[in-house]
Amino acid sequence: MSQASETETTDGTGRIKSVSGPVVTAVDLDARMNDVVYVGDEGLMGEVIEIEGDVTTIQVYEETSGIAPGEPVENTGEPLTVDLGPGMLDAIYDGVQRPLDVLEEKMGSAFLDRGVDAPGIDLEKEWEFTPEVEAGDSVEPGDVVGVVPETVTIDHKVMVPPDYEGGVVESIEEGSFNVEEAVVTLENGEEVTMRQEWPVREKRPTVEKRTPREPLVSGQRILDGLFPIAKGGTAAIPGPFGSGKTVTQHSLAKFADADIVVYVGCGERGNEMTEVIEDFPELEDPKNGNSLMARTSLIANTSNMPVAARESCVYTGITIAEYYRDMGYDVALMADSTSRWAEAMREISSRLEEMPGEEGYPAYLAARLAEFYERAGYFENLNGTEGSVSAIGAVSPPGGDFSEPVTQNTLRIVKTFWALDADLAERRHFPAINWNESYSLYQEQLDPWFQENVAEDWSERRQWAVDTLDEEGELQEIVQLVGKDALPEDQQLTLEVARYLREGYLQQNAFIDVDMYCPPEKTYAILSTIQTYNDEAFDALDAGVPIEDITAIDAAPKLNRIATQEDWETYVAELKEELTEQLRSLY
Amino acid sequence: MKEYKTITEVSGPLVYAEVDEPIGYDEIVEIETPSGETKRGQVLESEEGIVAIQVFEGTTGIDRNASVRFLGETLKMPVTEDLLGRVLDGSGNPIDGGPEIVPDERRDIVGAAINPYSREYPEDFIQTGVSAIDGMNTLVRGQKLPIFSGSGLPHNDLALQIARQATVPEEEGEGDDGSEFAVIFGAMGITQEEANEFMEDFERTGALERSVVFMNLADDPAVERTVTPRLALTTAEYLAFDKGYHVLVVLTDMTNYCEALREIGAAREEVPGRRGYPGYMYTDLAQLYERAGRLKDRDGSVTQIPILTMPGDDDTHPIPDLTGYITEGQIMMDRPLHSQGVQPPVNVLPSLSRLMDDGIGEGLTRADHADVSDQMYAAYAEGEDLRDLVNIVGREALSERDNKYLDFADAFESQFVEQGFDTDRTIDETLELGWDLLSTLPKTELNRVDEELIEEHYREDAAAAGDEAEEVSAD
Ligand SMILES: Nc1ncnc2c1ncn2[C@@H]1O[C@H](COP(=O)(O)OP(=O)(O)OP(=O)(O)O)[C@@H](O)[C@H]1O
Ligand SMILES: [Mg+2]
Repeated sequence: MSQASETETTDGTGRIKSVSGPVVTAVDLDARMNDVVYVGDEGLMGEVIEIEGDVTTIQVYEETSGIAPGEPVENTGEPLTVDLGPGMLDAIYDGVQRPLDVLEEKMGSAFLDRGVDAPGIDLEKEWEFTPEVEAGDSVEPGDVVGVVPETVTIDHKVMVPPDYEGGVVESIEEGSFNVEEAVVTLENGEEVTMRQEWPVREKRPTVEKRTPREPLVSGQRILDGLFPIAKGGTAAIPGPFGSGKTVTQHSLAKFADADIVVYVGCGERGNEMTEVIEDFPELEDPKNGNSLMARTSLIANTSNMPVAARESCVYTGITIAEYYRDMGYDVALMADSTSRWAEAMREISSRLEEMPGEEGYPAYLAARLAEFYERAGYFENLNGTEGSVSAIGAVSPPGGDFSEPVTQNTLRIVKTFWALDADLAERRHFPAINWNESYSLYQEQLDPWFQENVAEDWSERRQWAVDTLDEEGELQEIVQLVGKDALPEDQQLTLEVARYLREGYLQQNAFIDVDMYCPPEKTYAILSTIQTYNDEAFDALDAGVPIEDITAIDAAPKLNRIATQEDWETYVAELKEELTEQLRSLY
Repeated sequence: MKEYKTITEVSGPLVYAEVDEPIGYDEIVEIETPSGETKRGQVLESEEGIVAIQVFEGTTGIDRNASVRFLGETLKMPVTEDLLGRVLDGSGNPIDGGPEIVPDERRDIVGAAINPYSREYPEDFIQTGVSAIDGMNTLVRGQKLPIFSGSGLPHNDLALQIARQATVPEEEGEGDDGSEFAVIFGAMGITQEEANEFMEDFERTGALERSVVFMNLADDPAVERTVTPRLALTTAEYLAFDKGYHVLVVLTDMTNYCEALREIGAAREEVPGRRGYPGYMYTDLAQLYERAGRLKDRDGSVTQIPILTMPGDDDTHPIPDLTGYITEGQIMMDRPLHSQGVQPPVNVLPSLSRLMDDGIGEGLTRADHADVSDQMYAAYAEGEDLRDLVNIVGREALSERDNKYLDFADAFESQFVEQGFDTDRTIDETLELGWDLLSTLPKTELNRVDEELIEEHYREDAAAAGDEAEEVSAD
């Protein structure tokens, strides 16, 4: 009752003044900006987002049905943090890092109840700690003091937290410990455990950001071949609904040659997360054959889960990513979809009655996006190792129109742009990445790597493919008006070659086992085979062979089948010979 | 329970009342007008001393003397298996003259979100008997697959056809009782005529006894529409996850639902989002559509077929756009196909079923299913493109290859998509029909089909027949 609650408030505990959806205001609450608070009798988790006079505004990470004015609000005095330590891999979290499997167990239901909290990592589980420093050694913030085998794939480095002073090691343990027990004690009294806490909205410190020079090899032909992203790079995948953002993100999460993958499902479908949970344990990490989950951390705040936690989930994700980067790993973070995150900002902002900016988004939208992508990069860590966070964000523009604020503000920051196209998707050209609109600003700095590791003439061949596709684009406009047969023969041949580029090279089916992952060597082989066809065919044309005869050779359609060959190396070698032979026999 | 006579403001569907006790957010309110009519509403905003109430049945007749009672709980749906066979209004009250409903339980209609960890990935093929769906945009148990339509198009006929024909071909030895669906029908703002159409079909086919019908008609209060689908889905979840039914939920028309949301938003003077719809419409719709699926260790499933009419046939309008971003694909109805008389007028190109890939193939449907559908997409898209050109240059100016694609596109529409609303095709019939059509193209064109499958299914005679026909007509 109202009288009762009025007399209750003494120790900085406040009480609810109003409730409107995910936004609650409280009075008499002693709190700082961004403090985490527990709201109402059920103790729902929330975060302070505005303070004005005696009124504190809170965004609540859980449903607020039934919560009434007068109920208490308690401050934890701490900002929103994540628990960092072994156990984050092979885990699935909600937007505030509550493990969803633990929630299922605690709630005893398949439906998400309220007011249940759970630490991000298991506090009781014991891990086998092997020290890497000795008593008497001097350690600094960020330094690795020991390792823990976290999964079959990943050794988890235990580090001195960045906000410690550091100093001489007084004692160090070896053996099984849980994450709260001290494994290292410094002479200054500081104790290092396997668990660190870190406020999600703050980036973890590093020494410096460097220019990335290695590709994040994705196993997707159009990406590696035409629009590569660097380890430590940023990319955006905008596209209308059903154009392939999620399939592309899933493919990257499966096959990109990162050490660690953090996958953030932000305001999207539940079944898509289930798909990951069901598929990944069975899939092999292309690097080492282990289960993919052994390198993956999942964050799932689906569209029907509370909107405030959708706002926080990308921060939870990138903080986890940074932590593994600190250990010297290459981490890839996928966020699907950043538009839902932006919309969550908009929704909260409008409940706060802030002055709306473009299309109702808050004025700080651009700044938040920039801050987020700035946390990606190739870094020198505090402990001297190098590590990277690559950030790849899906964008879901309303009506598929890229001129809207989230797409535009994202494009201002990211260096790789994979533009999905409804028209290509409609004709089942997958991945439906538009090759005219997309770009990668990393191309030049990554070319040396491809030349050294795949083929000397990698970039010339790419240029040939790009030119051919460009020419096709121009020719198609004419064809639309007069029909293909009205074109001169050499142009007809270009169209034919471009068709093979589209169908045999650019298209890649994410659901066919042999084709879902394409190593760069195979990417190169397909392209060079099509170019062989091109060169031989043009020779034949020059020698006077009619175009109908050239295009009718029965080896040509096989160009579209290289992608689905188990033994593509032999197939390519034979096909090149066959093409040459058949075409030369025409003159 | 305390009664207040403290209404300070009535504005559109909203009522503001002063209170002297804490009132829970979302709590149910009863308002009695001076003329004795009782209306129900829900707390939209609760502040110390004052609450904003959204009234479901319209605010007509409410004045300062109306009395307000807070029921101390959020809106509940009484659920029981006995609901099957019943017809209820948009607020869940029986309107079929049947006996009073004795609930097993009363459930909160704002369903808690399913823990993504507790879901099971949907992959059981549902045979709808409609080739354009089964062959090209396969529906699976636990999917949410809307029909994007336009006013005047026969979306209701298609929905009824699906509700009537949907079965899950069971593996041998299993009983066939698992393959029948319980149908939950949630109508929002449809006309009496449409309602009759549905009810007659339900009665004619005997489907009513395994259905629960919720009816909010065009002349029923708009705000009630925000409640109707939640009642329907609460019932669906109960039947599916507590009683083990496979439930098919048909919600029509989501456009009316969204209009109601817009009306409430406007009354609250919210900053509107795109085209005047609330900025939170994505979240609101997701809270409905995500209530589909399967759960680990539970037998039942909730499959949703929401229907929406796209204002101006525009699929970038916020209602279809936001829906498409949440659902697992869409079935697109097409006006030109409708005028051509194709039934059902489904345009497969912009249609999509995202759960198809895992629901088809060997052991599920047939080994050739994916390749056949892929190839038909490609061929139909190519034929469609050529139609523009043929209008300019004429058929004669096109190559033989192009002409074959044009013929394919025509046959695809008139034989594959066209089947009428009463024909029920098995998946085998659908795929065989697919091969009939694909075999009119030269083998070498079928580059999306595995070579072994071509050997197994390609009809040599059909291609020859096609060629002959070609030659004859060329003469
Ligand atoms: N590389 C691919 N290979 C095969 N099919 C693909 C590929 N990419 C996309 N698809 C098809 O497109 C469908 C839609 O893709 P996806 O779910 O990724 O779209 P989306 O852009 O994430 O849409 P939304 O914004 O609604 O989430 C998939 O279900 C699949 O059928
Ligand atoms: Mg998606």
